[in-house]
Amino acid sequence: MTTATEQDVGYNSKIEGNVIFSSADAIINWVRSNSVWPMPMGLACCAIELMGVGASKFDIARFGMEVMRFSPRQSDCMIVAGTVTYKMAEAVRRIYDQMAEPKWVVAMGACASSGGMYRSYAVLQGVDRILPVDVYISGCPPRPEALIDGMLRLQEKIRTEKSMWQIKAGRPNPEKLPTGPR
Amino acid sequence: MNLKETFAFLEERPAKDCPAYNCPAGHLVNLMQALRDQHGYSMLVDMTAVDEGPGQTPRFIAVYHLFNLESFEYLRIASACEGDESAPEIPTVSHIWAGADWHERECYDMFGIRFKGHPDLRRILMWDEYPYYPLRKEFPLAGFDMDFQAADVAERTGVRIQPAPMAGGPFVSGDEGPMSEKEPRAKDQSWREQHKKPGGSGPA
Amino acid sequence: MPESREISIGDVESQAATLQSEKMTLNVGPSHPTTHGVLRLLVELEGDIMTKVTPVIGYLHRGDEKIAENMTYNQFVPYTDRLDYLGPLANNVAYAIAVEKLAGIEVPARCQAIRVICTELARISSHLLGLGVFGMDTGAWTPFMYCFTEREKLMDLFEELTGARFTNSYTRIGGVTRDIPEGWTGRVIEALNSMQRTLKEVDTLLTRNRIFYDRCVGVGIIAKEDAISYGLTGPNLRGSGIPLDLRKDKPYSGYENYDFDVPVGKTGDCYDRFLVRMEEVHQSIRIVMQAIEKLPDGPWYAEDAKKIFAPPKDKVLTSMEELIQNFMIVTQGPQIPAGEVYFEAENPKGALGFYVVSRGGGVPYRLKIRAPSFCNLSILPKILPGLMLTDVTTVLGSLDFVMGECDR
Repeated sequence: MTTATEQDVGYNSKIEGNVIFSSADAIINWVRSNSVWPMPMGLACCAIELMGVGASKFDIARFGMEVMRFSPRQSDCMIVAGTVTYKMAEAVRRIYDQMAEPKWVVAMGACASSGGMYRSYAVLQGVDRILPVDVYISGCPPRPEALIDGMLRLQEKIRTEKSMWQIKAGRPNPEKLPTGPR
Repeated sequence: MNLKETFAFLEERPAKDCPAYNCPAGHLVNLMQALRDQHGYSMLVDMTAVDEGPGQTPRFIAVYHLFNLESFEYLRIASACEGDESAPEIPTVSHIWAGADWHERECYDMFGIRFKGHPDLRRILMWDEYPYYPLRKEFPLAGFDMDFQAADVAERTGVRIQPAPMAGGPFVSGDEGPMSEKEPRAKDQSWREQHKKPGGSGPA
Repeated sequence: MPESREISIGDVESQAATLQSEKMTLNVGPSHPTTHGVLRLLVELEGDIMTKVTPVIGYLHRGDEKIAENMTYNQFVPYTDRLDYLGPLANNVAYAIAVEKLAGIEVPARCQAIRVICTELARISSHLLGLGVFGMDTGAWTPFMYCFTEREKLMDLFEELTGARFTNSYTRIGGVTRDIPEGWTGRVIEALNSMQRTLKEVDTLLTRNRIFYDRCVGVGIIAKEDAISYGLTGPNLRGSGIPLDLRKDKPYSGYENYDFDVPVGKTGDCYDRFLVRMEEVHQSIRIVMQAIEKLPDGPWYAEDAKKIFAPPKDKVLTSMEELIQNFMIVTQGPQIPAGEVYFEAENPKGALGFYVVSRGGGVPYRLKIRAPSFCNLSILPKILPGLMLTDVTTVLGSLDFVMGECDR
């Protein structure tokens, strides 16, 4: 690789010392993982702990995730916080469809993960039946620390993704699409 | 004050907490109107129904709880629904108390009780096309297998409405039958090695 | 196609009466920031003015009443937590008292006082969130943060008392799970004192704030007759000028022993409901302070209710009789005599009622939950038409509802 000259770049002396070599995946994932904009899908009790995480004491802003966007178009991580009923499941799926790629899903709490204590005719037994879930968080509801931990795990997961491949292929990672009943 | 002196058709109903009466469905509207206008029971705090079980007559009892804002007394009025077991009927009181509108819709949704004269009798908690009445005694807690209400979402995700698993739950068994059959886990709605979690991406 | 003609402003003014406008139907929810939960509104708009509003509920219907018919009385306590999940302790207490009424047992004075403290702390935490979120709905972010900081202190106290931050499941039929820990009451007083300072700041930030005032005063007026007809309860009813407070008018759990006032609004608009909640927090603090001061000694569960309350663990592990008693209650549930009872408690959101029908044994035959939010929301089609779409946030915030108990 040739050295940048004054003709190539206007401020040669500065750029010379600041060039970093890295893989595109690492850069993209680094950027993505540190600017996760959650879409709080607040459904039930867990939404209160989600608010607690956003509020003063636990303050998720420390991890670059305080930008809660209630519009699915502006967010890239859906936090499903609460019981998903069959009646609500349709709306949850449609909102997920409206989110732009790349997108991730966190199932917060027992209800979203598996139906939890609501074994009944009205409750979808786990949001993973309609969405591809990346991180499950246990608890009923999870403590705010647990949610923060879950979000940090999500960051770790994002850092291992093959982002460049996804961009080149122009389509989402097929592993992440739901496949229906198995 | 004994309401029975004023309304001869009332029948005392055993209760520990507040005065309670049984009222024939035919007199219900007149009784409610009089209770609100002349007896100070200005508030309908609650309205619900009780299912006495399949085959019982009367099967569905509508229960009204009124509150007196002057003497701070509760009053319970129970009224047996008329008509067939599959389509019980009772007159509406939603023109007397506006709040009864939603209560009656809920009763219709959960028990299938038709409120005669109700202006907008639709389901309220379940979605409109839901075919069952969940609080009827013959309806199992786990629900029935059926299609998901949004066909396009069902097609893309393969989701169905399936009976909820009962094993490991905190549920107790009923009174009749041998223990091996009456326990919810015996009905095998659980997710195990042989019976995997439907559509799940996690381990079964 | 006819030639289009540009309409000048003057034309519009002169023809205003004859110009035809089209009504627009807008779907708000079930996932929407203003809705404090999964409430959906179908709004018919003429310009910016709502002409018809149809609420659609049931998006959080989890089948609580059916679940109750399938488990013992004590097993249902955790489900009551998740009705009004902003003040779960109050739900626990209301449910326990309802079943105890049916069983005909009276809990000792210490247990009653503990329950009063719990209910009032739950009310404070619920109202704090209600006030903070109401501020956020009207455009003020800071009060929310202040309120939440105070709420977190209460969460820590709840955790110390019950083991959980807010899904407490603290009561059992015939008592509570455990006595209050040592030194806990002192920490409650400390937290409440610091809360009063914060409340003053929230008061300064909101109550006389011009923007807040203009958005609330005269908006969403609920007339007295409507409030009664729709079965409104709690701060929403009192905001309309009806001084009904079950703690005063139909005392339970020893509320008659405490000195407190019932704040009442005048016009029944959003501002009045806000003021009522604000004052209720102060009154609740008063009650807690009195209850702690007068906290009686003695047993904290109904000792004579042998078939209803499981004895403490240390006795179960050392005594045969208590071991059997514990075994029977755990496997068969508390034995409640046949009958039916309706009990309402004054909860943060309004009167939470339980209608319990028992046929004997450890499982309720029918359990109906009368949810205050359900009734409070049923008034929406009445009060929203005529207001602007932006007022939806204000009105919903002032009604302070929870979908968990609305849909059950």
